Amino acid sequence: MSENIISLKNISVSFDGEVILDKLNLDIKDGAFVTLLGPSGCGKTTTLRIIGGFQEPDSGDVFFGSERINDLPAHKRKLNTVFQRYALFPHLNVYENIAFGMRIQKKSESEIRAKVDEMLKLVSLEGFEKRRTSTLSGGQQQRVAIARALANDPRVLLLDEPLGALDLKLRQEMQVELKRIQSRLGITFVYVTHDQEEALSMSDTIVVMNHGVIQQIGSPIDIYNEPENGFVADFIGESNIVDGIMHADCDVEFCNTRFECVDTGFAKDEEVDVVIRPEDIVVVPKEESGLRGTVTSVTFKGVHYEMYVDVPGEEEEWIIQSTVAQEEGKEIGMTVDPENIHIMKKYTGDYASDIEFA
Amino acid sequence: MKKDSLIASPFMLWVLIFTIIPLGMVCWYAFTDASGAFTLANIETIGTYWVYLKDSLVMGAVATLLCLVLGYPVAYIMSRASWGAQQTMMMLLMLPQWMNFLLRTYSWMTILENNGLINTLLGKIGLGPFHMINTKGAIILGMVYNFLPYMILPIYSVMEKIHESLFEAARDLGANRFNTLLRVVMPLSLPGVITGITMVFVPSVSTFVISQMLGGGRNMLIGDVIERLFVGAAPNYNVGAALSLVLMVLILISMAIMKKFDDGEETGGLMM
Ligand SMILES: Nc1ncnc2c1ncn2[C@@H]1O[C@H](COP(=O)(O)OP(=O)(O)O)[C@@H](O)[C@H]1O
Ligand SMILES: [Mg+2]
Repeated sequence: MSENIISLKNISVSFDGEVILDKLNLDIKDGAFVTLLGPSGCGKTTTLRIIGGFQEPDSGDVFFGSERINDLPAHKRKLNTVFQRYALFPHLNVYENIAFGMRIQKKSESEIRAKVDEMLKLVSLEGFEKRRTSTLSGGQQQRVAIARALANDPRVLLLDEPLGALDLKLRQEMQVELKRIQSRLGITFVYVTHDQEEALSMSDTIVVMNHGVIQQIGSPIDIYNEPENGFVADFIGESNIVDGIMHADCDVEFCNTRFECVDTGFAKDEEVDVVIRPEDIVVVPKEESGLRGTVTSVTFKGVHYEMYVDVPGEEEEWIIQSTVAQEEGKEIGMTVDPENIHIMKKYTGDYASDIEFA
Repeated sequence: MKKDSLIASPFMLWVLIFTIIPLGMVCWYAFTDASGAFTLANIETIGTYWVYLKDSLVMGAVATLLCLVLGYPVAYIMSRASWGAQQTMMMLLMLPQWMNFLLRTYSWMTILENNGLINTLLGKIGLGPFHMINTKGAIILGMVYNFLPYMILPIYSVMEKIHESLFEAARDLGANRFNTLLRVVMPLSLPGVITGITMVFVPSVSTFVISQMLGGGRNMLIGDVIERLFVGAAPNYNVGAALSLVLMVLILISMAIMKKFDDGEETGGLMM
């Protein structure tokens, strides 16, 4: 579990003079479920294709275990891919699609049959052997693609937005199922998605990318609770991100109000980004806090209410999530516990427009 | 329904004028004698001409096979080239087709003749002369040269539609180039191959221009026989029509066999 099975060292790729991956370094642990997460066009697919051997990096090294595999062609790598659009062979039925890799290895018919049966069972498609792939639903085609890739007994499975074309309910089912398959087989999954909820619910490790640069690597809990910069904070779930000034260790000012926080190590009066999760804001009577605003809208979201609050002097409205609804038009006070105030170095990009792509 | 028949009626008129009536006339000539009385004698003369028919079928088949062997790799390379290169190759392929068919074939005469281009060149290095013109080989060469594009184009158009991701999927599953060709490209290009075979075989079997120009009248094909029966010194429309009919039936049968082969593959995939 602790050995690295894939390592990318200083990988750079440019297309038509545009830098797509910029000196990317990434270690993937054997047996882990690692997700590459980022807005569309940030270089996730390109990273996956480099691992799979379908794209050569301009510079940098790819390691499989301790072996450098830059020059190993795709068909000789001990990993398999579930492609974004499934890429099932239209001239072959389900059985033959799954058997494809084993036929090339010239395995015996009985061995192939046993493996195909096992794979069909794994993806719950027993009895579909003779079906043409064009007669299957999107979800079923996806399962065939997974079974086909796994039938080769890969050490690493690469999945490129495998659930992107499925509807919400099916996606959620497949998320659970993929996770189950991964833990049952104990192999490494490298999963690409732009859906942060999917990444949070499935992964052991999340790699957040933007513009070909890794923003943060960590467990879902780390990424969610301790985002390293405003981009990560904003991309992983909704956040309130405001300008602040660090007066001293554990002393931050934003919205013309001083707050106690737990962050240290910033320069005196350094300008920072302050990130506060909507669910971490506590609504209090307006007299009890210097941070006040007017509720502009209230929406019931099932478990909680989502409210937008207009804070004087702020460009964007604040988002609050709470189990208690407030009246629209009411002026409220807001407080935040010190440990829920996240202070970050200023992110120079524009995350609103970066995330727009996703 | 009404709309359908409205649209269909010009088509039906077209079919009537250009298909039904000519076909009816051929049948009428084939089954009557000079006086207009019904007879099977015309059809029975096929025994006399069987040798020409057999030659036509064999040479047509050889030419078709050669076109397939030569055309398939070209279609494959074309379909995998960059878009710009595909356009250029297509252009180069079609360029000779814009020249007159007779002229194109005639030029081969001057190349293959006993004192033609090839023998002159070979003579310079002390070889030959070889007898090439007026042989079956020359006729087959003419067929291949003239009809090769009709093999390449349908195969290319099917191959070009094979999505790049299928090549990647095959590689991902361990297939090298050869295995990808064998297990993905070939089965998926089969419909194009069938169309190509039909499009080369039919004109090859019934040609008479190529055999006259490159066969020198010594290697008559069934097309030459039929042509002479219509425009020769002693015309006999009735026998000519009968031979045309027999040739047509034979072509229809071979196409039906091809079609069956194609469908068989389809259901074969379904059944497995
Ligand atoms: N073969 C290619 N040629 C030119 N540009 C490409 C190619 N592949 C990807 N790109 C560009 O690289 C960027 C990153 O692409 P990709 O890795 O597919 O992003 P993601 O999967 O994160 O959406 C995009 O701007 C895309 O347009
Ligand atoms: Mg992508």
